[in-house]
Amino acid sequence: MNRTKGDEEEYWNSSKFKAFTFDDDDDELSQLKESKRAVNSLRDFVDDDDDDDLERVSWSGEPVGRRTRPGSFQSLSDALSDTPAKSYAPELGRPKGEYRDYSNDWSPSDTVQRLRKGKVCSLERFRSLQDKLQLLEEAVSMHDGNVITAVLIFLKRTLSKEILFRELEVRQVALRHLIHFLKEIGDQKLLLDLFRFLDRTEELALTHYREHLNIQDPEKRKEFLKTCIGLPFSAEDSAHIQDHYTLLERQIIIEANDRHLESAGQTEIFRKHPRKASILNMPLVTTLFYSCFYHYTEAEGTFSSPVNLKKTFKIPDKQYVLTALAARAKLRAWHDVDALFTTKNWLGYTKKRAPIGFHRVVEILHKNSAPVQILQEYVNLVEDVDTKLNLATKFKCHDVVIDTCRDLKDRQQLLAYRSKVDKGSAEEEKIDAILNSSQIRWKN
Amino acid sequence: MATHLSYGRVNLNVLREAVRRELREFLDKCAGSKAIVWDEYLTGPFGLIAQYSLLKEHEVEKMFTLKGSRLPAADVKNIIFVVRPRLELMDIISENVLSEDRRGPARDFHILFVPRRSLLCEQRLKDLGVLGSFIHREEYSLDLIPFDGDLLSMESEGAFKECYLESDQTSLYHAAKGLMTLQALYGTIPQIFGKGECARQVANMMIRMKREFTGSQNSIFPVFDNLLLLDRNVDLLTPLATQLTYEGLIDEIYGIQNSYVKLPPEKFAPKKQGDGGKDLPTEAKKLQLNSAEELYAEIRDKNFNAVGSVLSKKAKVISAAFEERHNAKTVGEIKQFVSQLPHMQAARGSLANHTSIAELIKDVTTSEDFFDKLTVEQEFMSGIDTDKVNSYIEDCIAQKHPLIKVLRLVCLQSVCNSGLKQKVLDYYKREILQTYGYEHILTLHNLEKTGLLKPQTGGRNTYPTIRKTLRLWMDDVNEQNPTDISYVYSGYAPLSVRLAQLLSRPGWRSIEEVLRILPGPHFEERQPLPTGLQKKRQPGENRVTLIFFLGGVTFAEIAALRFLSQLEDGGRSKETYR
Repeated sequence: MNRTKGDEEEYWNSSKFKAFTFDDDDDELSQLKESKRAVNSLRDFVDDDDDDDLERVSWSGEPVGRRTRPGSFQSLSDALSDTPAKSYAPELGRPKGEYRDYSNDWSPSDTVQRLRKGKVCSLERFRSLQDKLQLLEEAVSMHDGNVITAVLIFLKRTLSKEILFRELEVRQVALRHLIHFLKEIGDQKLLLDLFRFLDRTEELALTHYREHLNIQDPEKRKEFLKTCIGLPFSAEDSAHIQDHYTLLERQIIIEANDRHLESAGQTEIFRKHPRKASILNMPLVTTLFYSCFYHYTEAEGTFSSPVNLKKTFKIPDKQYVLTALAARAKLRAWHDVDALFTTKNWLGYTKKRAPIGFHRVVEILHKNSAPVQILQEYVNLVEDVDTKLNLATKFKCHDVVIDTCRDLKDRQQLLAYRSKVDKGSAEEEKIDAILNSSQIRWKN
Repeated sequence: MATHLSYGRVNLNVLREAVRRELREFLDKCAGSKAIVWDEYLTGPFGLIAQYSLLKEHEVEKMFTLKGSRLPAADVKNIIFVVRPRLELMDIISENVLSEDRRGPARDFHILFVPRRSLLCEQRLKDLGVLGSFIHREEYSLDLIPFDGDLLSMESEGAFKECYLESDQTSLYHAAKGLMTLQALYGTIPQIFGKGECARQVANMMIRMKREFTGSQNSIFPVFDNLLLLDRNVDLLTPLATQLTYEGLIDEIYGIQNSYVKLPPEKFAPKKQGDGGKDLPTEAKKLQLNSAEELYAEIRDKNFNAVGSVLSKKAKVISAAFEERHNAKTVGEIKQFVSQLPHMQAARGSLANHTSIAELIKDVTTSEDFFDKLTVEQEFMSGIDTDKVNSYIEDCIAQKHPLIKVLRLVCLQSVCNSGLKQKVLDYYKREILQTYGYEHILTLHNLEKTGLLKPQTGGRNTYPTIRKTLRLWMDDVNEQNPTDISYVYSGYAPLSVRLAQLLSRPGWRSIEEVLRILPGPHFEERQPLPTGLQKKRQPGENRVTLIFFLGGVTFAEIAALRFLSQLEDGGRSKETYR
């Protein structure tokens, strides 16, 4: 036994047979099942002289020295697939060492050792469930990913789905490996079946949902998203999935409509600001911005109106106001901006209020190059005095600075600011008037 | 030879040479002229092992990047594909092989899998009908790559995801193999400490692998005294915070890959007189960053606020050195001055580069947004207001700042609160999904699975206990002359490094309670050494510890470890596993 092993080691270390491909072997073995004994007896006919020739045979069975061309591998892959092979005669083309494989009974642990070293090894001999599970256990304890994968491929092929799942359910490491393997080869169907079996409902739902990223056509994607609704997501996520579907549904309608409007060339907003991209698959907030930009005045009834979006997706006031502000500011529609913040109180007086701090409003206005008068008005509304002063100085809202300094009775700061305004300007005069006023009790 | 690898307590050139030898052997196996087709991802790590000159010595005449369709023309006898074992790359390779021009001279194909072969990949090649085209099909186990005299990395980009999201052990297997290689070259490591599930697995694999190699006892005198294996998920906090060391900030802003950084070229354009700024370089300026550069070694681990003074002092020293030319009167003195010129010029060039980089960084760190972000981070890390929705984070989402920035902050808040209150979590999730897209349901789910962003279960926030016991937040931090590792985050001491610090003195028994709160088991193993190899430390000689982060490490943590080394005057080699 030892000597045999020694011969084999030598063979393996010197030949070109470096690959291990299990289907390869399994296929031949299934052919040779009946003729196992015949194969063994062939050993006697193969003498040492032939070894030289055999060693120079490439693993495809063709002698080395001939250029291996891609075209000739068609028949090769046939030979190696699970379908019955052609006239390939492995028993004669195989080197002496090979036969010993078929006749010896390698234990699971030995088999796994051989697999790890990359040696050709048949797994077909492990017929009973118990044998197979033992093989798996050995593979797992070895921690070698390739070996575990090899065994799993074999089990996947030779066990029914139910038994495979049932056995793996209690073998965490192998289970995780199988999941990873199925993801790697993209076997979505089996993966979903597995999650269903394991009652890992949320994972099942998410794995199914993930597929939408591979669907490019918007209509098809929309239909797919529809199938995701009602899957066992968490309550929160279910709502989001529903929103995702609804959003894409709306976007398809808006996109079709707007493209039509744009090409018709009659609508001013599209003429002045041609669209740079399609609205499809954009996030909700981006869609709202788009809607505030191109469809601001539309009534609630249309899918493209901002109010409709707000209602359908329950967009909070804060987010709505911010987005609308950004869109109208970009269009320099200052009246619209005004209207966003103006409310009439019960006495009929108008007052400005914002669900976001006015400092944010100022920043957004400044980013869109709002004229100083507009900026000034909103800077004035900032509640925190320090912030107000900071922003006013930053954006050169002179009147606000002056007035605030006066209110704070801060003479020094007012003096300092005087040097920043233009000589002889109205602001300078105003500052001088205030500085000279006898009515103010300066604190510094 | 890479001289900077020999500087530390452990001569990593030994490893580098061993790895180079294996590469040479494979190249020689494919006799004759050759062209290498590279998986782009590998060119970086390989660049640390072998330059083109080495490859040329072994008849590598051309190099190409792996791309679809046909291979470029090259009059070589062999084509070698050097790739990671990834299925999608197999598809590209088969395209290359199948579209080979049969009219041209025949070429031999070979494939080198780095770091391991994969059954699935070979299966794929077979399915595509090209497996038999390869004459030599081997694996090159490039597990640990030396980056610097005290730093090794596996550069395994998917490791964290595999280990903590998918619970897949393949990367751990590679880690164990890498450690076995190290032990073969540097001797068996007598003591192994660890914290975390993955650490336990790696230790088990190492012990098992050692058993399988019985017969050939390792006779090399051990260089390492200890190995500390740490799961990344024992400390998820540190990688989320913004690093504040010089090297850390370079990485945060520009990204350091395989010791290289790409910088905006405008700052580095040579100032030619009278050119007026025409012909500005458009390609990014690529710089190599390692301890071979004297100035860099000096400033890389300092808190950024302490870098300026070093640079200005250096400027004075270099100016003075150049001024010396006026003092050189005799021929001998002039000769001496001239001989030192190259060194001085290199120093001056180095100073110029780092002054420019420091300026670039300063533009970022002095911005209002950076200050606001840092304030929020520090509030979280010191335990303030971690249980409510944070308005700065809300603003970032509203202004659609990069998603990664937002996620780092919400995850930081979650980790510092042992999970967020359901209401707070739902609020953030909603804002994120509405602003960045619903597909991020998947992103958020993944984050929850790894423990980075999750709801609070059990109702108790254990972070304050951990923070107080391990002294993670230090109010009185000295950035210029630090006395504690917390300087690397200007107040926060990296949890992982604190654990390493406490392990060496006074030992983990003093923090049993905290260790039990942190995820995963902690353990200690001893590997027996043959008598005669047992180490007796000389008085004053400190232990050499190898610290292995399973799942990645930050530059700030490396800086903190180097600082500890200096404090204790002990040698620490760090290994990362990214």
